Amino acid sequence: MVRQELQKLAVYAFFLAILLIPMLGFRSASFEPDRALKIWGVFVGILILNFIVKAVRGGRAAVEAHKEPWTERTRERISRIPRLYTIGGLALLAAVYPLMANNYMIDVGITCLIYVSLGLGLNIVVGLCGLLDLGYIAFYAVGAYTYSLLNLTFGVSFWAALPMGVVLGMVCGCIIGYPTLKMRGDYLAIVTLGFGEIVRLVLNNWDSLTAGPNGLFGMKRPTLYYPSFADGGFSWVAYYLKSLPALYYLILIIVVLTIVGVRRLDNSRIGRAWIAIREDETAAELSGVPTTWNKLLAYALGAAFASVAGAFFAAKLSYTNPNFFLFMESCIVLCIVVLGGVGSIPGIVVAGFVLIAVPEIFRGLENYRMLAFGAIMTIMMVVKPEGLIPASRRKRELHATDPHPHEESDGRDR
Amino acid sequence: MAVTAKSILELTDVHTYYDNIHALKGISLSIPEGDIACLIGANGAGKSTTLLTISGVQPAEKGEIRFRGEPIQHLRPEQVAGKGVAQTPEGRQIFPRMTTFENLEMGAFLRKDKAAVAEDLEWVFSLFPVLKERAGQLGGTLSGGEQQMLAIGRSLMSRPALLLLDEPSLGLAPKLVERIFKTLLEINQKGTTIFLVEQNAHMALNISRTGYVMETGRIVLTDRASALLENEQVKKAYLGE
Repeated sequence: MVRQELQKLAVYAFFLAILLIPMLGFRSASFEPDRALKIWGVFVGILILNFIVKAVRGGRAAVEAHKEPWTERTRERISRIPRLYTIGGLALLAAVYPLMANNYMIDVGITCLIYVSLGLGLNIVVGLCGLLDLGYIAFYAVGAYTYSLLNLTFGVSFWAALPMGVVLGMVCGCIIGYPTLKMRGDYLAIVTLGFGEIVRLVLNNWDSLTAGPNGLFGMKRPTLYYPSFADGGFSWVAYYLKSLPALYYLILIIVVLTIVGVRRLDNSRIGRAWIAIREDETAAELSGVPTTWNKLLAYALGAAFASVAGAFFAAKLSYTNPNFFLFMESCIVLCIVVLGGVGSIPGIVVAGFVLIAVPEIFRGLENYRMLAFGAIMTIMMVVKPEGLIPASRRKRELHATDPHPHEESDGRDR
Repeated sequence: MAVTAKSILELTDVHTYYDNIHALKGISLSIPEGDIACLIGANGAGKSTTLLTISGVQPAEKGEIRFRGEPIQHLRPEQVAGKGVAQTPEGRQIFPRMTTFENLEMGAFLRKDKAAVAEDLEWVFSLFPVLKERAGQLGGTLSGGEQQMLAIGRSLMSRPALLLLDEPSLGLAPKLVERIFKTLLEINQKGTTIFLVEQNAHMALNISRTGYVMETGRIVLTDRASALLENEQVKKAYLGE
């Protein structure tokens, strides 16, 4: 047992060295390994300490007894806090965040929230319905360009353009959905990948409409209207949401509405039908689920959420260009869904923040930050394949086998 | 064969293709209401295809399928299910990441009559008490036999007039097979017509009234099941006697 532990220690130390030394050692021009070695030394020290503690406790049984991981204990403690407090606390935190943060942090926060809403939208397609979509960012582009073009050409306001963007997004969702209805797995992934690229290339090359790679700029910000009684008359005054905190609150509201919407879908009859399709399409059909219609609906609704996020994105920057919608973005959104725990709403929210904020935090590492990103993803998937906060369904599948009765059997919506 | 009751399902010269493979070469059969009928035959004879064609998953290219006199060959699977035909697919295709309870609920997906659904749930639980014990457990974690019971239970939850069963004995211990077949008789007594596809010809013919023997896409023999059990050809080829 000691030998095993020593072997483990050596392997851990080796991998840490591979990860840490290049990431921390390379500065912009030179290689300065001393800092990296110091940090590596600290980590190895912790590992050795851990090893000594285990050795002192002795015996495999003692180690096993202590094995209940801290994550489990923390989760148990969290689960004892009433849900209302958890949600209220998070809401409060989200609400006061702009008051405590500087502009850069608020901007990062906004980006995180945009990706959270994209993740939630993609979760419908990938997580619930089980259709692997690698071109999801195309719908985000549809939303962004719909708002941009409507606003620049016809002066349509953000709020009026939003439903049109949603409808157009849904139509696009059906356009990609329809030909892929009979496809599964790898083939579907490739077709959606192609669709994502087609949208980007069209935006890039249709100069007369989209201004090509130069992009569109000068869109109005979202507005709030408030009544005014000045001059004795009554009129609506437009207030442009220009400041970052204002935009932050807007996207926060969008995310909250998205969460509510996705939650309701998840627990609905439609949600159940989607899960059945994901689990076994033939069996779902035989149970009377109209699979064609439900798959199209999943595409359309997923696209609708992306489209809203896209419109917000274009309005926030007041600028958009095709290079915002690269394949890499689709990948990141997919990573958010998988990392968070497929089908789990809280997981996706957390993963959205982790995946967008982590590269920002590691900006000091310059080019190596993507390496850190990759390393974190890899470690996560090895250590917790079910995601950060797994959906209860998946957690049960991968861990517990103890049966627990289904108390809430009545009064559920079917 | 004497057909006394009117038939619930009638196939007339049905042809089905998988791309260019001619899987069903003109199947005709007629199942009386309230009957248990079985279709036996070797691997690849087209037994499963017959069921999939009836339920619309693998639509017929030619021919007519009538359910209670109404042609259903052009309907989509969910529409066929809506007419009152339930199929338990081969290989226990349950929903692995749904609980037993949710699996059963999916069976009642098309129904709006909540009270009757609850009644049927109790009935399924009384047929297969083990499912009640496993209600909160994920389908994928059930044993093979339990999954088969769940698959049958799920089909029953739609309160079908006709139950199509594809190889319910597949991969199960003989004792369990016996139990499941006994339950099938119970289900039939409640008024559900059963059309059974089986490799376990002995078991199937024993509980059926009518039997069909299939060979390479054609029905080669039709008779009362008891007569088929005595038939020399059948004995030799399918009963191993």
